[in-house]
Amino acid sequence: MKIIYTTLLGVCLYLPGLIQAALTIEITQGVEGAVPIAVVPFDKANNRYPPPQDIAGIIAADLARSGRFAPVPEQNLIAQPVESGQVRFQDWRTLGVENLVIGKVETVADNEYRIQFRLFDVLRGRQITGYSMPAKSEQLRYVAHRISDIIYEKLTGEPGAFATHIAYVVSDSKNGKKEYQLQLADSDGYNPKTLLTSRQPLMSPSWSPDGRQLAYVSFEKNGRAAIFVQAIHTGKRQEIVSFQGINGAPSWSPDGRSMVVTLSRDGNPEIYSLRLSDKKLKRLTSGAAIDTEPVWSPDGSNIVFTSDRGGSPQLYRMPAQGGRAQRITFEGNYNASADFSADGKSLALVHGQGGQYQIAVLDLDNRLLRVVSDGRLDESPSFAPNGSMIIYATETGHRGVLAAVSSDGRFRQQFSLREGNVREPVWSPFADRK
Amino acid sequence: MKFIQTVAVVLAIGWLAACSSTGDKKGGDAAVVEDRSSEAGVDTAYGEATASAVGGYSDLTIDSLTDPNSPVSQRVIYFEYDSSEVTEQDREFVAAHAAILAANPNLKVSIEGHADERGSREYNIGLGEKRSQSVRRMMEFQGVLASQMTTVSYGEEKASVEGHDESAWSMNRRVELVYVAY
Repeated sequence: MKIIYTTLLGVCLYLPGLIQAALTIEITQGVEGAVPIAVVPFDKANNRYPPPQDIAGIIAADLARSGRFAPVPEQNLIAQPVESGQVRFQDWRTLGVENLVIGKVETVADNEYRIQFRLFDVLRGRQITGYSMPAKSEQLRYVAHRISDIIYEKLTGEPGAFATHIAYVVSDSKNGKKEYQLQLADSDGYNPKTLLTSRQPLMSPSWSPDGRQLAYVSFEKNGRAAIFVQAIHTGKRQEIVSFQGINGAPSWSPDGRSMVVTLSRDGNPEIYSLRLSDKKLKRLTSGAAIDTEPVWSPDGSNIVFTSDRGGSPQLYRMPAQGGRAQRITFEGNYNASADFSADGKSLALVHGQGGQYQIAVLDLDNRLLRVVSDGRLDESPSFAPNGSMIIYATETGHRGVLAAVSSDGRFRQQFSLREGNVREPVWSPFADRK
Repeated sequence: MKFIQTVAVVLAIGWLAACSSTGDKKGGDAAVVEDRSSEAGVDTAYGEATASAVGGYSDLTIDSLTDPNSPVSQRVIYFEYDSSEVTEQDREFVAAHAAILAANPNLKVSIEGHADERGSREYNIGLGEKRSQSVRRMMEFQGVLASQMTTVSYGEEKASVEGHDESAWSMNRRVELVYVAY
């Protein structure tokens, strides 16, 4: 099958830093039970070229966002040690913190830094770990996120997901005309980069398992839907399917060799699996219902999808090669947009009840459904690759914004864009980490 | 053979759509069909009852599409929440457009389905698709060729009215007929 490479007027590929509409974070809900931690501002030794980033600030914000930690506000820090010898554990115990992070940023040369940090167990009075890492200016935030990951893993036993990325769609009106962008940003919303710009709608981004590609739906060809795959680092894109009717909801198989998609080429929205090597299609559903939003389980054995075959949209599960589907959601009159956690044990979904649409988590073992957001029109949930948080789209002041919630629902935070409407966030897999 | 079938179908639908007709059982008027595709007005020689059944469409031509007073100048129909069923009052709208298309096989139309913003975007693509397929099937049944119609769904992506309440939502649950060059 011919692979079509398309370049369009108005399609901009991977323009780093040109779009200045950064996502900023507003904290909307605190949490009880978060572990107190002190992150002391990193000393900026050698101020000839002071580093442009507040490393400790980034780490503290990461840890707070996870919902598991409560960093002590800077004005309440009793001291600002830089070296181990300066730490008086008794003072920190009095403050009530269990852990302490100190560090420094040394300027090695113009645009080159060395970051050192140490993590201490205050109660036992000893260092848990410490590292020294080189970084250029543009890598400082990334290194800070890697430090957050190390701290998170040491203290929780689980891998951190701070040095990861999110992709999402932005829609805006420019001179009375709609413009859509597919953007990539750090997991905290910083460093947005535009991957694609279009005058026609973009939808349903989906990460490949290796974190190198994004599949998405674009209406750029004469206003008709087609599924594209784009390599993130090169910007190279190819059209995958564009049959008559719907070409939508792409989702990758765990081995990256296939996708499941929604097509209506046979007259009705149905789910198909598509082998990428030769575009071989296999239809997996049938009947007059709308069957859509297929997602492949991480172990490759099942596909969960949305269907209204029972009268209203609910989630169903069928074997990955097709076969009898079983309904798996029974509460509320609307359940859709499933996303698997990386361990395959939970689904994040949109749960509608009483005219409100909120994010919920379904435990696949015990079938318990827990609502974790409280907006009116929440949608598009996506798990972090460590399963600890869910990013989703919501609206505030009539604008689309992103929010993140810890998967137990206890800590929620909004990201707001200065311009435009943000939606359909998807969190990158771990493999994306360099 | 197809003309007579078409006439029978149009008359049957006209009969169903008319509120209180009793006498329009006279059918099989091939001459009326020929009038429909020409510029001429209704031929009343076949009886008032027959003319009223088909009369709404027999004077429709391609020019009617741009005539603000003609019923086919309207290009949008609306749907109930989570439904893809064409409402009773919109069946005449569909029939009128189908009449023009059936009479002009070179005329093409894009049938574009939409949904309101609530719930999942991809499910709403599915809803928009069901709505446009509903209209397409109705038109095909009324003699429009498959080659004359394309369907596309935009789900909630192209709202006609921005807003987060039922007054906006009801305006976005729609199918739009977009004629391709006439």
